[in-house]
Amino acid sequence: MKKNFIYVLSCFLLIVVACGEDDSSEQAPSDNFDRGALLVNWADNIIMPGYDNLAITLTTLEVATQGFIDAPTSVSLEEVRSSWLASYLAFQRVSMFELGRAETLNYRNRLNVYPTNTSEIEGYISSNSWNLELPSTIDSQGFPAIDYLLYGLGTDQELLDKYTIGANASSYKMYLLDLVTTMQTLTNEVSSDWANGFRQTYVSNTSSSASGAVDQTVNVFLYYYEKALRAGKVGIPAGVFSGTPLPQNVESLHNEFVSKQLLLEALSATVSFFNGEGFSSDFPGNGFGLNTYLDTLNSVKDGSDLSVLINNQFVVAFDKIDLLDDSFVSQISNDNLKMLGAYDELQRNVILMKVDMLQALSIDVDYIDADGD
Amino acid sequence: MKVTYNTYTTKQTKAAPLAVFRVLFGFMMLASIIRFWANGWIQTLYIEPTFAFSYYGFDWLPLLGNYTYLLFFICGLAAFSIAIGYQYRIAIIVFFLSFTYIELLDKTTYLNHYYFISCLSFLLIFLPANCYYSIDALRLKKIRAKNVSAWTINSIKALLCIVYLYAGLAKLNSDWLLEAMPLQIWLPSKYDIPLLGNMLQKQWVHYAFSWGGAFYDLFIPFLLLYKPTRSIAFVLVVIFHLLTRVLFPIGMFPYIMIISTLIFFNAHFHERILLFFSAILKRLSIFNRVSFLEVNRATNYKIAPYVVGLFITVQLLLPFRYLMYPGELFWTEEGYRFSWRVMLMEKAGYAQFIVKNTKTGTQFAVNNSDFLTSFQEKQMSTQPDFILEYAHYLGTHFKSQGHKNIAVHVESYVALNGRLSQPFINPEVNLLDIEDTFKHKDWILEFNDTIQGI
Repeated sequence: MKKNFIYVLSCFLLIVVACGEDDSSEQAPSDNFDRGALLVNWADNIIMPGYDNLAITLTTLEVATQGFIDAPTSVSLEEVRSSWLASYLAFQRVSMFELGRAETLNYRNRLNVYPTNTSEIEGYISSNSWNLELPSTIDSQGFPAIDYLLYGLGTDQELLDKYTIGANASSYKMYLLDLVTTMQTLTNEVSSDWANGFRQTYVSNTSSSASGAVDQTVNVFLYYYEKALRAGKVGIPAGVFSGTPLPQNVESLHNEFVSKQLLLEALSATVSFFNGEGFSSDFPGNGFGLNTYLDTLNSVKDGSDLSVLINNQFVVAFDKIDLLDDSFVSQISNDNLKMLGAYDELQRNVILMKVDMLQALSIDVDYIDADGD
Repeated sequence: MKVTYNTYTTKQTKAAPLAVFRVLFGFMMLASIIRFWANGWIQTLYIEPTFAFSYYGFDWLPLLGNYTYLLFFICGLAAFSIAIGYQYRIAIIVFFLSFTYIELLDKTTYLNHYYFISCLSFLLIFLPANCYYSIDALRLKKIRAKNVSAWTINSIKALLCIVYLYAGLAKLNSDWLLEAMPLQIWLPSKYDIPLLGNMLQKQWVHYAFSWGGAFYDLFIPFLLLYKPTRSIAFVLVVIFHLLTRVLFPIGMFPYIMIISTLIFFNAHFHERILLFFSAILKRLSIFNRVSFLEVNRATNYKIAPYVVGLFITVQLLLPFRYLMYPGELFWTEEGYRFSWRVMLMEKAGYAQFIVKNTKTGTQFAVNNSDFLTSFQEKQMSTQPDFILEYAHYLGTHFKSQGHKNIAVHVESYVALNGRLSQPFINPEVNLLDIEDTFKHKDWILEFNDTIQGI
């Protein structure tokens, strides 16, 4: 009996030892899909080039803005406008990566909350006092606020008058410049964080836990696709969540003819990310993406190739969006059914990615801290 | 028959196993409560949600807000009281009620092992677990005893055997055995576990774990009951539960099961454990000096065996209630809970609720995160009774906001064990027209595949 007792005791010793192993795993992943390579591809070929490119377009925008406020003319106005659009499009390629510094800065919202609060903006300008660091000003800054200041002040002549002979001309100029430099500062902060250490942390964080970089990236990607792209750019203005259409909620309301262009850019960024395609020919990508990850695990999907299904669904969504008017404001008021049709096709991929893809990858949506059984 | 019953209920055995079980159970429960509290789960699971999913027939149970902490405190105090055997009978009743209350607060958090704790503590109410090695036994001469009726310890063994056996039976289906599902999904994602990570990628390992798990659950009760195999069975218990601990986030459950299976060892073994306790805390050697009556003469033996017998019978039958429902159990989950179906399937879903005005035809979609935590949303989207309860909640909410002629529909998709997602609930049905009952839910769409087996 004594022998027996010692024997059980040693079993418990084993338990204690086994528990000690809990989170100690910093080893290289060792299955047939290389998550390290996937993270390197995302970081080096998609995310960091994306921020670098956005930073370049923002510098152009800043120069153009400086030129415009020095001499507000229809020529300098056009220059600001075109560089605004170029950087807005560049932003669509990084908007989904709310990771690291971007997450703590609330980066996406700092740059792109719409509809922008025009009365608040006018209030700041007429009182000549504002602080863009305050959370309360989040709907008065970023691309939508610039959209208002470059397109929303009446005819081109009326707009130029505001910056030249208007009572608050200098305040308008300063607010516009502050909006641009704030976006620059935020972007540089995120970009330099990636360059100085975060990239290293990120690509080596191949843990399978919910704090692993793959889990987190897939979660922010899906959150972006569902909330910011599907709902924000299409569903909300089409009235999916309100019963009545809300055309005033389209992205780029004041220059309403680029809403579709912005959506197409965002969707193509989504598809590129899903397929692990590099940012440009300078960053061709290493072939690792969610598509190849799914293909590796394909034993799971019982014949049906999930990555193909998802890509096909993206094509269908593109086709539906192609049918839309350049201006979503006019599309919604003339034929909202087409807008809802585009929404439905985007929605199909929420299901394929959030339900099927996450199940195949065994990733928990929005990590839940609780026991299972 | 009468004679057999009497012999069985009066047959005596040493009380030590029951005393050890009480002590370890009490401390494990105390540790569980502290762990739950320390993880901040009281706040995130029971206080933060604005809405709670109630069990059928328990929707009257009030949510306690910040008093939930008090409930946990009482539960923890009762657990400690059980461990030291002070006012045992009151303590175990308080523990059973408070623990079960916690579980009834929100079925989002349903886990088989919480249900197991409720069952076990209910059973313990009827067992004289304080007659030996307890403060009660020191204080009250009349309950002090070295021996108890054998059925008392056997009833705990019976409950454990049921848990294992039914968990094993539930695994006898084509997904588990022939497709190695869901382990084929779960195991590869644990690629970074030391030593095992590499192996977990291999398909034969998925099958080995599936079959091994099924065999383990089916045979471990017998290996524990049969004396020659008991020791080796306990090694298997430890290995099995530690593996599950390493692979899955299942909290205290592995330890609770490992500790519980000690009950299968004989009285000598448990007396050694008690000596071990005494050696650690020298004061406890008082138990070796006071005299104990040979036989426990507690009076509640009259009805206790009947209650326990009835309880075990219900436990044996309840898991089979699913047979009364048509359709695939994994899909409809009608009769799925309270049946020891542990880590049995991988289900993921998406539910988009649509609120319609039946007069004007206008409609809008609901943003679930406005009402539910992500945990609640995850549980809701794959379980019909959750979907129905939530739909009614939405109906009430939007009516109170002034919406009229409301109908609530849901467009939902569920993927089961790696199959492609398919529509789950009939989107044509206005869920407000439906009341939850135990009848078959014919508004669940048909599962377009077959899973063979029990």
